[in-house]
Amino acid sequence: MREVAIVAFAQSDHLRTTDELSEVDMVMPVLHQVLAQTGLKTSDIGFTCSGSSDYLAGRAFSFTMTLDGVGAWPPISESHVEMDGAWAMYEAWVKLLTGEVDTALVYSYGKSSPGSVRDVLTRQLDPYYVAPLWPDSVALAALQAQALIDAGETDEPALAGIAARSRESASANSHAQVKGSVPQGDYEVQPLRKGDCPPVGDGAVAVILAAGDKARELCERPAWIRGMDHRIEAHSLGVRDLTDSPSTRLAAERAGAFERPVDTAELHAPFTSQEVVLRKALQLADDVTVNPSGGALAANPIMAAGLLRIGEAAARIHRGESDRALAHATSGPCLQQNLVAVLEGDAR
Amino acid sequence: MPEVLKAPLVVEFPFTRSLGPVQSAFLTGLRERTVLGVKTTDGLVMVPPVEYDPVTADELRDLVEVEPTGTVTTWAWNPEPRRGQPLDTPFAWVLVKLDGADTGLLHALDAAGPDAVTTGMRVRVRWAAERTGAITDIACFEPYEGAAAHTEPTAHDGQFDDAVSGIVAAARLDYVYSPGRAQTAYINALADRRTVGERCPSCRKVYVPPRGACPTCGVATTDRVEVGPAGTVTTFCIVNVKAKNLDIELPYVYAHIALDGADLALHGRIAGIPYDQVRMGLRVEPVWTEGGRYPDHYRPTGEPDADYDTYKELV
Amino acid sequence: MSSTGHATHKEPVAVVGIGQTKHVAARKDVSIAGLVREAAQRALEDAQLTWADIDAVVIGKAPDFFEGVMMPELYLADALGAVGKPMLRVHTAGSVGGSTALVASNLVASRVHRTVLTLAFEKQSESNAMWGLSLPIPFTQPLLAGAGGFFAPHVRAYMRRTGAPDHVGSLVAYKDRRNALKNPYAHLHEHGITLEKVQSSPMLWDPVRYSETCPSSDGACAMILTDRAGAARSPQPPAWMHGGAMRSEPTMFAGKDFVSPQAGKDCAADVYRQAGIADPRREIDAVEMYVPFSWYEPMWLENLGFADEGGGWKLTESGVTELDGDLPVNMSGGVLSTNPIGASGMIRFAEAALQVRGQAGEHQVDGARKVLGHAYGGGSQFFSMWLVGAQQPTS
Repeated sequence: MREVAIVAFAQSDHLRTTDELSEVDMVMPVLHQVLAQTGLKTSDIGFTCSGSSDYLAGRAFSFTMTLDGVGAWPPISESHVEMDGAWAMYEAWVKLLTGEVDTALVYSYGKSSPGSVRDVLTRQLDPYYVAPLWPDSVALAALQAQALIDAGETDEPALAGIAARSRESASANSHAQVKGSVPQGDYEVQPLRKGDCPPVGDGAVAVILAAGDKARELCERPAWIRGMDHRIEAHSLGVRDLTDSPSTRLAAERAGAFERPVDTAELHAPFTSQEVVLRKALQLADDVTVNPSGGALAANPIMAAGLLRIGEAAARIHRGESDRALAHATSGPCLQQNLVAVLEGDAR
Repeated sequence: MPEVLKAPLVVEFPFTRSLGPVQSAFLTGLRERTVLGVKTTDGLVMVPPVEYDPVTADELRDLVEVEPTGTVTTWAWNPEPRRGQPLDTPFAWVLVKLDGADTGLLHALDAAGPDAVTTGMRVRVRWAAERTGAITDIACFEPYEGAAAHTEPTAHDGQFDDAVSGIVAAARLDYVYSPGRAQTAYINALADRRTVGERCPSCRKVYVPPRGACPTCGVATTDRVEVGPAGTVTTFCIVNVKAKNLDIELPYVYAHIALDGADLALHGRIAGIPYDQVRMGLRVEPVWTEGGRYPDHYRPTGEPDADYDTYKELV
Repeated sequence: MSSTGHATHKEPVAVVGIGQTKHVAARKDVSIAGLVREAAQRALEDAQLTWADIDAVVIGKAPDFFEGVMMPELYLADALGAVGKPMLRVHTAGSVGGSTALVASNLVASRVHRTVLTLAFEKQSESNAMWGLSLPIPFTQPLLAGAGGFFAPHVRAYMRRTGAPDHVGSLVAYKDRRNALKNPYAHLHEHGITLEKVQSSPMLWDPVRYSETCPSSDGACAMILTDRAGAARSPQPPAWMHGGAMRSEPTMFAGKDFVSPQAGKDCAADVYRQAGIADPRREIDAVEMYVPFSWYEPMWLENLGFADEGGGWKLTESGVTELDGDLPVNMSGGVLSTNPIGASGMIRFAEAALQVRGQAGEHQVDGARKVLGHAYGGGSQFFSMWLVGAQQPTS
C-alpha cells in the first residue's frame, strides 16, 4: 500500500451562529490556512474532495457554491460526498492509493444554525415507518443511552463524567464552542441531559493529504495513514443491539487498529453515551487519551465533525504529542455507519 | 457594516411515496387493526416488516400476523414533544417487541410520567380513530397489564380489500436564511436602485451579483463597484411556458445581460420591444416598479447594438 | 497533476455486471429500496454473483430533496446488501452517476476492494423535480423560466458562434427517440415518431422545442466493477476501463464558456491520455453522452474533441451520429429519452460498457471496441467520463 499522510489541518472557530458568513465565507479561510501550511496552491493539488449536506442548508446543490472558495480554475479534478468530510477524505485517500495523484485537498463544512438540527436529522430515517413520527436525534440517542444503562454498562453519573472531561479538555482548544465547566442541566430526553448532548453550531475543516516523499517535503512530521476503513449497519434501530457497534469494531480491525495499542483516540461521539459504546467496540485501554480536543461534545459541526476528529488526531502527531492515534467518524442514527483511521508519526 | 439580511425559509412538500408489497400489506394491515411482520430465512420475525433481510440481503415476502401487545425493550422520556411527533403531551419514545416478533418497533408510549415507564413493561397498541394506512394508524402504545402471549405468529397472505399502494408524507422544515455579507450588500444597494458588484483583488474581475469569493481565484472579493445601469443582451431565449408562481404574459424574453462594467452576465426579462425583435447585442436598461426588490424588466435604451466582438467573452 | 515515478501500477478495472430498471414516469409498485434493488439484482445476475461477493457499495443520486430523504443510503443499506460493508454516497449534481462509477472504480484500481457494486438512482415521482431545483430562496429573484430557460440561451449562443442551422436540434431528437425504440429500458417509446412531429412540437424556450427536451423518470442503474481475477471468472465478456476522469470548474465566473466549458475539454483530454487515444474521432467507435436538450449533442461533439469548433453540427447533420453512422451517439436513446436525473450519468457509462461487451441488443453498434461514456452537471460545471474497451488495456 502506498504511503499517504495528512500533512496539514485547519479548522474554523465553531460558533452557535454565523449569520454574517455564507458557506463560502466560512470555508475559504480554512482552505487558505491548509494551503499556506504546505505552501501549495490550488493548481498544485492533484485531487479535491468535499463533504456536506443540502438538508442542513435547506437548498439543493448547496455545495456547488462553496466550490467558489477553492478557486477551481483552471478546472480541477474534484468530487463531493453527501456525507461527513471523513468519507470525503476516504475517497481522496483511495485516489492517492491508485497512484494517479500525489496530493489531495479535503474539506467539509456544516452550517447547522439556519435550521433545527433535531428536526432535520429525522429526514434521514426510514421514510415509510419512522420519519412520519419525527423522532429527533436526541430521542434516538436517548433510547440508546437507556439501553446501555439497562445493560449495566453506564449510568447517569458516568455520562456526566464524560461530559465534564470532554469540556475540560476543550478548554485548551481555542476553536471549541463549549468548554470549561458546564452544568449538566435538565433532561433533553431522559436519560440524556443537556450536558450529554452536543452543541449545535457552524464550522468548517480542511486537511491536505500527500503521498510518500511529497508528504515528507510538505510536513516535518507527517501523520501517516496506516489504515482506514468504514462499515455500515442495518438502518432500523429495532434490529440492532444499540449497546454495541459491530461496524466500528470491523472498521477498526480492517484499519489495523488492533495490531498495536494507540496512545490517542479522537472519537466522533456526539452524545456521551456513544463514547461508552465506542470505547468498548474499539477496546480502548484506560491509558489512551480520548478526545483531547474535547470531541463532538465541544463542537459538532454536522458533516464536518468526523473529519475534524481525523484532523485533530493528525495535528497531535504533527506536534509530536502522539505517535499512534485512532480517529473515528460516525453517520446516521445511533452510530449506524462508522469510519476508523489509524495514524502514525515517524519514530522520533 | 449593516446587519446581514435574514428571512424565514420554509421547505415543505407532500412527498408521494409508492409502496412495495410488504410495506403495502403492513400499512394496510394497520388500517385494519392487524399487525404484520415478516419472516426471515433464519426464521426470525421482523416487525415492522422489512423488504430485505439486513443480515442476508434476501428479499423477504413471508408475512405473519403478530399480537398488538408487546414488551418495551428500551425507552426515553420526551418532556417536550416537537412538531409532528405522535403525541403533543409529554410521552416516552419506546422500542417495543410485539408478542410474536423478534425485533423492535419504534413508536410513542402514552404514560403518566418517566416513573411509570420501565424497560420490560407490557404495552399494547392504541389505534388511531381515523386510520388511512400509515404508521400513524398506531396512535401510540399504552400500558397494558396482560402477560406475554406465547402464541406463534400465524401466516398471513397480506391480502386486504382496497390495499394502500402509497402514502403522502408531508414534510416541513423551517430555516432562517441569511445570504451572508456580500449578497446583503448587493441586495441593500438594489433597494436604492443601484447595482453594486465586487471586484476580485487578484484578477480584477467584477462579479455581479457578488458571492463573497472570486470563484477562479478562491479569494474574498471586497472592493465594491457600481455597474450599469445599462447593459448588453449577450444571449436569450423566448419563453412560451408558464413558470411556476410567475404571472408574466407569454411569450416573453429571458435574457443574459452584461451590465456595463460587470465581467459576467446576470439574468433578466426584456420588455418594451416585441419579443421577436430582441437580439444578441441589444442595449438595455433596467425598469423598476414601486417596491420591487429587483428591476421588473429591462427595456431597450435606443442605442445602436453592441458589436459581437465587444461582448462575446461574456456570452 | 503529475504522478511520482514510484507510483504503483493500478489494478485494471472491469465491468462484469450491468442492470437497469425499465425507466418510467412513475414506478408506483415499488419503494425507493425496491427500485434500487431491482437494478442491483439485475447487475448481480448479469455477473452471476451473489450479495456475498460484493465487498463495497458506492451509491450516487442528485439532491436529497428530490425524494425528501436525507442521505437515503442510510435507509438503503439493507436493500443493497451493504450491512457490514463500506458504503459511500457521491453527489456531484448531474454528473453524479458518472462520478459514482469512477469512485467505485478507484476502489478496485487501488486494490482496496476487489468487487464493488455501484448504483445510481432517482425516483422523481416522489416529488417534483422543478420543486427540488427551485426551492424558494429569500431575497433571490425567482427563476424566470423553467429548466429550459437555463439551457436555451446557451444553445442560441452556440448557434450564433457556429452558424448552425435551426433544424439540427430536431435531427438529434428524432434520432435519439428512434434509438430509444430499440432499447427496452428507455422511458420514452414514441412509436410513429417522425421528423415532422419533432419539428412541429411546441416551441417551449425558443430555440428549444418540446420534443428536444428530456422527460422526468423514475429509474436506477447498477454496475459490478471488479479486478482481473474477477473478470477472469466473469461468465460474460467484461468491459475494461481504459481511462476515467472528473473535472470541475466554478458554476458562474467571468470568462466562463457555457458553450464549450474548459472543464469538459480537460476531462476528455485526461481520459484520452490515459487510454492512449490520439484521434478520438477515428479511434472511438461510439459515444453515450449526456444530452438533456438535443442541441447539446453538437456542442459536446466539439467539447469532447470529435469535431473542431463549428464542426459538431455538421457531424450531426451529415448522419455521422446515427445508429448506423460512423460515430454513433446515444445509441440507447440517451437522456432525451430517459432521465432519472441522478442515474442518467451512470446509464451513459453502463450503456458504453454494454456496447463493448456486445450486449446492447437491438441498439448494438457492430464491432464497437472503444466507447466513451460522458456525464455532466451543475451549470455545465462538473464533468465525469470514462472510456471502456473490449480488450484489457495493455499498459
